Amino acid sequence: MTSSSTHANDVAQQRLNRDVVISVRDLVVGFGDKTIMKGLSLDVYRGEVLGFVGGSGQGKSVLTRAILGLVPTRGGAIRVFGQDRDALAPLERRALEQRWGVLFQNGALFSGLTVKQNIQMPMREMRDLSQRLMDELAMLKLELVGLSPDAADKFPSELSGGMVKRAALARALALDPELVFLDEPTSGLDPISAAEFDELIGTLQQTLGLTVFMVTHDLDSLYSICDRVAALAEGRVIAAGPLETLLASNHPWLKAYFHGVRGGRLTAARVEQKDEQWKPAPTTP
Amino acid sequence: MTVAAMQRPPKVARQSSAAGVRLALSGDWTLFASHRLEEEGRRIVEEARLDRMVAIDLSQVSQLDTAGAWLINRARHDLARRDVAVTLEDVRPEYSTLLEETHYRAFAAPSRPRFNVIFVLLADFGESIVDALREFYRGVGFLGEFVSSMIYVAAHPQRFRLTSLVAQIELVGFRSVPIIVLINILVGGIVAQQGIFQLLKFGASSYSVSLIGILVLRELGVLLTSIMIAGRSGSAITAELGSMKMREEIDALLVMGLSPIEVLIAPRVLGLVISLPILTFIADIAALFGGMVVSWWYGGISPAAFASLLKEAIALHTFLVGIIKAPFMALVIGLIASMDGLATQGSAESLGRQVTSSVVKSIFMVIVMDGLFAVFFAAIDY
Repeated sequence: MTSSSTHANDVAQQRLNRDVVISVRDLVVGFGDKTIMKGLSLDVYRGEVLGFVGGSGQGKSVLTRAILGLVPTRGGAIRVFGQDRDALAPLERRALEQRWGVLFQNGALFSGLTVKQNIQMPMREMRDLSQRLMDELAMLKLELVGLSPDAADKFPSELSGGMVKRAALARALALDPELVFLDEPTSGLDPISAAEFDELIGTLQQTLGLTVFMVTHDLDSLYSICDRVAALAEGRVIAAGPLETLLASNHPWLKAYFHGVRGGRLTAARVEQKDEQWKPAPTTP
Repeated sequence: MTVAAMQRPPKVARQSSAAGVRLALSGDWTLFASHRLEEEGRRIVEEARLDRMVAIDLSQVSQLDTAGAWLINRARHDLARRDVAVTLEDVRPEYSTLLEETHYRAFAAPSRPRFNVIFVLLADFGESIVDALREFYRGVGFLGEFVSSMIYVAAHPQRFRLTSLVAQIELVGFRSVPIIVLINILVGGIVAQQGIFQLLKFGASSYSVSLIGILVLRELGVLLTSIMIAGRSGSAITAELGSMKMREEIDALLVMGLSPIEVLIAPRVLGLVISLPILTFIADIAALFGGMVVSWWYGGISPAAFASLLKEAIALHTFLVGIIKAPFMALVIGLIASMDGLATQGSAESLGRQVTSSVVKSIFMVIVMDGLFAVFFAAIDY
């Protein structure tokens, strides 16, 4: 915990001289006569894990999809790696797309391919590599995400939910992207697997120097691995910063989110834990 | 700024000095360099394989990813096997974790059991026969289930889903009318043209009207309609039920104590059974119309003459022979489509396979049924 919070402070200090990887300005997105994003602005800095929270149906996934270019925007600008997607030539756009990896909520593994073929798919299509190297890299990625080698030749339908997420993460990391989008990576996992997955994302982020944009509902993930948290409500980012600032915020939605029935219990537990670390150990008589 | 300009290609440079051999690596050791990266990885081994000791200098490496780190580690491993002592120098702290994580290890290729080709061929052949028999067995079972649930519905008419049935009749029957009319006009015209053209040699072109009448009413109308519906609606039913199966909707029905046959399959199959005779009738009229137009335009037989010749050639039973077959064809198409839909497994590939198999099987069975009916009608002299 301590290391993560000092890390968060470092992030705050270095804010000014750090690269902005994703910059969203005054984004407007809507479907039909419904406007979901009403002038949303958000920055993601290089090397950080940004947790993105918001109520169900508020458009967390829509923002991710808008950044990825899967949803048409009505206004505003999205710059990824300092480049405006819409202004790029098709070839440059493809090069840009190879610099990010996406873990979809349900994995989105290709059901007709084995796990290994899934991981090799981006390498095969985008790069010119020998089969030996592709095999080795696929197995290496499998090991990095904590899957056993015998999962390599299985089909997605033969995997459990947690294994699907890990395999999908391995595929997202196939080309060693600089930026990774995770859409609710721990949803549908049991608490043990979820904690393992959080830890995995943390280690990978440090080993590979990734920038992580993580949409999540999991308060535990926010506490354990996110450097910064951004909260979405009413079509805007209502707060962005280290978790501590959000916890101290007076915004009604944030209060309900972090200090409501579920969030409150967890926050209280965390605070207690921290206090206990400060207290001298009780002496046993 | 183009992307290529941003990249510094990976390079290996050999420097010999009194202190020993150094390989200075530079550039971006990333997957972006593709096969170039692999070649440079091999060059590390080639440059150093004859030396006793070599230092790999990483100070000029501007970027390193897992693939680059893996290839450097692989080269180190290969050199170590040739008794070359390798040291890494000037490793940036951010690379050292990566280099540690990607230390070389041999990934055992998973063993695949290999069999004799003839053995596999025989096994496949046997398996497909057993599968076909099993399929037939399941089909009969499914028919039984369908009939028993129909009897149940007949005893409890309030459980019957009329709205669903009407929706199916619209989907299967009403919306197929344009395409059925179109292909039947064309086929009626083609039969007329061929009939007139061939019979002209015997000076008997007026017999072409009997040919059109009998062929269309007895066989072609019902056959073409059934094949069209098998392709159009059978595939839709399989895909619909298949994706419901994939998304556990069928299981949801089962745990609510509802029978998928009663809720989903009965309206679809009944919709087909009601629609297909009507469509067959429309198809017959369309084909006769097509035949009449071509006979007039190509054979000089006026519509009035066509009508009186047709009246002599056919009787009510000619029409009935065709139309009696329609509900049976519908039943076969509906049951095969439903059964294949429910047999779908988890993957998208499986759904595709089931839809293909459903269409192929129902067209095949429609033709087999038509043959059986022909034998039957011949035997009873109808």
